[in-house]
Amino acid sequence: MVKFITAADAVKFFRSRQTVMVGGFLNCGNPQAVIEELLKTELKDFILIANDTSVPDDSRGKLVVAHKIKKAIVSHIGTNPETVRQYNAGEIEIDLQPQGSLAERIRAAGAGLGGILTPVGLDTSVAENKPIITVESKQYLLETPLKADVAIIYATYADKFGNLAFHGSTKNFNVLMPMAADLVIVEAENISDTPLSPDNIVVPGIFVDYLIVKEKNGTE
Amino acid sequence: MELNKEQAQEIIAKRVAKEFNDGDVVTLGIGLPTKAISYVPEDVHIIVQSENGVLGVGAYQDDTNRDKHIINAGGIGVTVNAGGCFVDSLTAFAMMRGGHIDITVLGALQVDAEGNLANWSIPGKFTPGMGGAMDLVVGTKRLIIAMEHTAKGAPKIMQKCTLPLTVAHKVNMIITEKAVFEIINQRLILREISPYSSLEDIRQNTAADFEIDLTA
Repeated sequence: MVKFITAADAVKFFRSRQTVMVGGFLNCGNPQAVIEELLKTELKDFILIANDTSVPDDSRGKLVVAHKIKKAIVSHIGTNPETVRQYNAGEIEIDLQPQGSLAERIRAAGAGLGGILTPVGLDTSVAENKPIITVESKQYLLETPLKADVAIIYATYADKFGNLAFHGSTKNFNVLMPMAADLVIVEAENISDTPLSPDNIVVPGIFVDYLIVKEKNGTE
Repeated sequence: MELNKEQAQEIIAKRVAKEFNDGDVVTLGIGLPTKAISYVPEDVHIIVQSENGVLGVGAYQDDTNRDKHIINAGGIGVTVNAGGCFVDSLTAFAMMRGGHIDITVLGALQVDAEGNLANWSIPGKFTPGMGGAMDLVVGTKRLIIAMEHTAKGAPKIMQKCTLPLTVAHKVNMIITEKAVFEIINQRLILREISPYSSLEDIRQNTAADFEIDLTA
């Protein structure tokens, strides 16, 4: 059953050097509150799994600026000049992944699969050191599952069962990461007292551990 | 005739727009490829897909319809056309990788005579990452490269790409302000010469051998 917690209290779940997934795509569908609290701590050397490192003054982008990320497994860093600077200076390790492969690797971990077979990256540097497997005379790369210790997720709507729904283009990685982390913390813009319609739920509450609330005894 | 950057991009965007057929599902790279939307004829209706999970991308948002939760893959606020929908990243990439996109238009750092594309890294200088480009190019039915013919005077159409590849042997067409090339079975064929260029100009600014067939 999902529990309620403040962002400040949620920090207790984190340890330095953990692997942390953060939902969002550039400036859209990004969790903020837990990251703001992490910035106040001495915790560091996280391995970040996300679509991108956003921009310097937003969400996971701030974790990079604060030198809290040791390694980032992402598809794109170009929108955060500080990531690029740290990368060029050898201060951060960057593991660039094709975006669709990144998404499917996360899903594989969440869905209990041993990996995925994809043609993406064949004949490129992405294929280095990866097994190539032939199925029905076509070649595929074997990409392994990606899981995390903690996922920090954005949702537009949540109910008290932890069920999540989304507005606009905020679904992105927020829909898949909750399946692939040991502990899932969700920042929802609206937490409703009445259950969300089962027809509209995108992420089932069983994938969610904690919903962030503003006050210790409040609901939002 | 010397074109400035803006003029060159307009010529390219207008030419790209002619490649779209009514009903096509299209994905456009950020920057120049996206400009092609402005020149799609009124009787041609395309469905624009954006890798961040929007199908049916419409006009840019203005002050009357701000919604920070609806962006395109470049992070710009957009609207959604009637019939459009929002999907997660898995579904967006299933559309791309799974062969459900008719035409993809991307920019390039380099493209070569064999249809190889390099557009995500200049080692040691500039590596923003591949984002969704590698997935897109693998699954699309047609891949068009829309780019300025040269970068600071240096050719971008090569005999063989020297930069890290995005994909091998997938490019179908190259549209620049000087020329239109098709690549068929790893043969580079000049199809059109822009009114603002000449065969001599194209030869001077192209670092690859090409056949000439302007009849198609």
